[in-house]
Amino acid sequence: LSTNGSNLSSTPEATTIAAAEQFPMRLIVPLRGVIQGRGGLFVGSLIPCCLFYFLQLYLKRRRPPPSDPAELPRTSSRTNLFSRGNSIGRVRVSSRAVPVAKPSDSPYYIGLERVKTDPYDRIKNTDGIIQLGLAESTLCFDLLKRWMSENLMESMMQSDDGEFDISSIAMYKPFEGLLELRVAFADFMSRIMGGNVSFDPSNMVITAGGTPAIEVLAFCLADHGNAFLIPTPYYPGFDRDIKFRTGVELIPVHCRNSDNFTVTVSALEQALNQARKRGCKVSGILFSNPSNPVGNILSRETLQDILRFAQEKNIHVISDEIFAGSVYGDKEFVSMAEIAGSGDFDKSRVHIIYGLSKDLSIPGFRAGVIYSFHEDVVNAAKKLMRFSSVPVPVQRILISLLSDVRFIEEYMRAHRQRIRDKHIRFVEGLKQLGIPCAESGGGLSCWVDMSSLLTSYSEKGELELFEKLLTVAKINATPGTACYCIEPGWFRCCFTALADEDIPVIMERIRQLRESSRS
Amino acid sequence: MRVIVPLQGVVQGRGGLVLGSVIPCAFFYFLQFYLKRNRRDEPVPDPANQSSASSPNNSGSSSPTQSELTGLSRSLSRVILSPRNSGAHVSVSGRANSILKGGDSPYHVGLKRVADDPYDELGNPDGIIELGLAQNKLSSDLVSDQNSIGLSLSGVASYEPSDGLMELKMVVAKLMSAATKNVVCFDPSQLVLTSGAASAMEILSFCLADSGNAFLVPTPCSPGFDLDVKWRNGVEIIHVPCRSSDNFNISVTALDRTFSQAKKRGVRIRGIIISNPSNPMGSLLSRENLYALLDFAREKNIHIISNEIFACSIHGDEEAEFVSIAEIADTEENLDKERVHIVYDLSKDLSFPGLRAGAIYSFNENVLAASRKLTTLSPVSSPSQHLLMSTISKPEFFQTYVKTNRQRLQRIYSEFVKGLKSLGVECTRSNGGLFCWADMRGLISSYSEKGEIELWNKFLNIGKFNVTPGSCCHCIEPGWFRFCFSNLSEKDVLVVMNRIRKVCITCKSQN
Repeated sequence: LSTNGSNLSSTPEATTIAAAEQFPMRLIVPLRGVIQGRGGLFVGSLIPCCLFYFLQLYLKRRRPPPSDPAELPRTSSRTNLFSRGNSIGRVRVSSRAVPVAKPSDSPYYIGLERVKTDPYDRIKNTDGIIQLGLAESTLCFDLLKRWMSENLMESMMQSDDGEFDISSIAMYKPFEGLLELRVAFADFMSRIMGGNVSFDPSNMVITAGGTPAIEVLAFCLADHGNAFLIPTPYYPGFDRDIKFRTGVELIPVHCRNSDNFTVTVSALEQALNQARKRGCKVSGILFSNPSNPVGNILSRETLQDILRFAQEKNIHVISDEIFAGSVYGDKEFVSMAEIAGSGDFDKSRVHIIYGLSKDLSIPGFRAGVIYSFHEDVVNAAKKLMRFSSVPVPVQRILISLLSDVRFIEEYMRAHRQRIRDKHIRFVEGLKQLGIPCAESGGGLSCWVDMSSLLTSYSEKGELELFEKLLTVAKINATPGTACYCIEPGWFRCCFTALADEDIPVIMERIRQLRESSRS
Repeated sequence: MRVIVPLQGVVQGRGGLVLGSVIPCAFFYFLQFYLKRNRRDEPVPDPANQSSASSPNNSGSSSPTQSELTGLSRSLSRVILSPRNSGAHVSVSGRANSILKGGDSPYHVGLKRVADDPYDELGNPDGIIELGLAQNKLSSDLVSDQNSIGLSLSGVASYEPSDGLMELKMVVAKLMSAATKNVVCFDPSQLVLTSGAASAMEILSFCLADSGNAFLVPTPCSPGFDLDVKWRNGVEIIHVPCRSSDNFNISVTALDRTFSQAKKRGVRIRGIIISNPSNPMGSLLSRENLYALLDFAREKNIHIISNEIFACSIHGDEEAEFVSIAEIADTEENLDKERVHIVYDLSKDLSFPGLRAGAIYSFNENVLAASRKLTTLSPVSSPSQHLLMSTISKPEFFQTYVKTNRQRLQRIYSEFVKGLKSLGVECTRSNGGLFCWADMRGLISSYSEKGEIELWNKFLNIGKFNVTPGSCCHCIEPGWFRFCFSNLSEKDVLVVMNRIRKVCITCKSQN
């Protein structure tokens, strides 16, 4: 064939004759006749193309069609297809619901569940488990209670002309939040962030808490299978918030005690490159500032570095600033919005999450906000608020709460002062036991180094200690593994729901645990 | 010849048929790829892609990379993969893009127009009257009698289970039972509370179907289903059209036919979504209907989601009886109960939609466990819960509310239908819900969706009122409209009728 080919390629006529002589060839390669015939290149290309096209079409039809080009088929439920035969069989839930329904194996959730079964009470259940795993604050409930008892009903029933009008709270309102509320929110945020930055209410979408805010942002910024870089240790709830439904991956960027758990650009770079090598598309960086669980505050320079890095790699930056008003150290809190607004950067990649659950200690209100400089993100989030908007009566209460400037000033001052006092007390107590904490300046928790209590310096040793704390000492603290910390022995302890007299109880329990494990 | 047709050399050379086919195919493939990318308005060129396109010589070895490229191109944000152009505009995810584009149906356009220029009897008598939004203003005084609303701080502010307080669930269960005249006893432990029926529907469809699976939905259906089921879950909806000749009743044969068609196309059907009382017709499903549907579901081994958000809003005469699918499920074995799920909207049925409280009632433990966890993503806030509890926990509330609401709806409904009849517009028989389904085929200029939208535009611009055209409810017969009358007072009804008459006259003069 090779000799034929080289000889015959000189003229088309010769080709035809030769092909006619090569009788078996024509049978085997029928297309060749066409190619070498009159059609030449044209038909010779067209026919394979057609065949290829039909093959693609056939394959496409065989595949269950994805609903939208944007949505990749994610979880395969092929197994269900085979169960067709037994029609009386048990009806199944979707395969993506199965992992959600399973009980969680993260120590964070295990601990929270355990506390529910046997909660500590100073008088009624002195032997119960003390909750150090949930970041909530009861420090300023007296102030809130006073405000609520004076203003709660009025604020809800209020309308523009002073008359009570049921339709102002009962009927449908825009899902993204009333404009008055967004204005009040913007004002409140810039107030707690030291007044250095102003927020534009039109870039804001009010959500039913920080959790939906993070989910909606993840949904809008990344497709299924894409990933966010996230410095560790991070808040264990992110796993659920982001992975449950959006299918976005979280790629840990490990930070170490030697840097006081602050993220570095070189670590980000390395994680990004590794992810890309694996073929995983990184859509953004997600971090909390003040960080949860460590409680450190990112400096202006670090924020600039992160944003510069994001710009260079063309990815998004999500800054979770839910503890912005709970800063008690000497270090100044700088919002990512301020860096983005400085003019040196492309703002559109910056997105901020904020909420009132921590700073105003009203988690039950479920009020959060997405602040984004990207118009498309704001618009998409507005539409998605169909599924998690804040009820109108709650919005009315929040409007009057946030616009009561005198109360807010008084509250924020007290809030900071009381966290600082509590933090000093708690850290001092641990210090007397010889247990150090990481340096922190904000948030409702501290990051405790319990490595001296470990039986083995490993994840296993840490989980053993967690179990012992829970069952023997009856304390629920979140172990570092749940926060994806790579150094074992660290625990997150939330101290703001404790009364002063609880602290000695905790210290005594830890001391006893240490004694018993030594003996 | 060799110069003009360089490929022929290759074809006739060693490669023969293989190369001769593979090379055109590769070119064709890249052409398709190029066209696909250009269609999206993302002008950023991708150098990596271009270089591989210009060197097709090693087409054999490049086939694995090709398959990778197809996978990526579908998520449409490939641009980010080429980080060289750091000044580029950062893009949102592909699925967010599809949400941005969606939601422009006449249903949403109409609602927006009303928001811009709302009718007010005194303030803005020329404004647009809202007849497109199913909300009940008739009985809100019963719920929000100012004396009955009480709210205390205790518990309002702190963390509570996101799937709802047990006390509230007990009240909701009682309310749902009251809607069925206490025939069914709802178990509060099978309830999960969410922030509104939209998120209840979203969570249920997430739990019951995987992305790419589908639900059967008899049409005309509620215009919101599309968003709830498709947007974030990627679950498909397959419509099963019902016709006016059957009085828009659901027929099991039609369901069966659509089911087998879908199966042939390789689409997996995971369930049926029905509304009872149906939205937009307002008809009630009978016991026989429900048994037939459940039998069908059993035969095909699929789920049933029954949307009972208007269970308390029945306005028919005494014979009209609301039957919950829970009643049917109670007579079945456990195995079959597991396929039945109910969506309820507490705030809507209590004329308090601003409160955003919905519920999922399911007999399936797995679905309940998964939905409880998912409610952290769309929780009911505790002030809402306490507000609801304080208003509706009084024992006499249920009886009064269900009865009075029924009377008021009945009155406004008969008024409205009579008005339409005097204009020569017939409605299908409606016994429940906040709307009626009007046959305006006589008024449309051409018997098509275009004619229907033209008429709808006339309603909005000349008549100045907003209704929902049948095409938004995916009705296959043009000329049907959904009128929500529960927004209106009796005085408003006259205004609306006058405005409809005005449109009728312009229509007739044009014809």
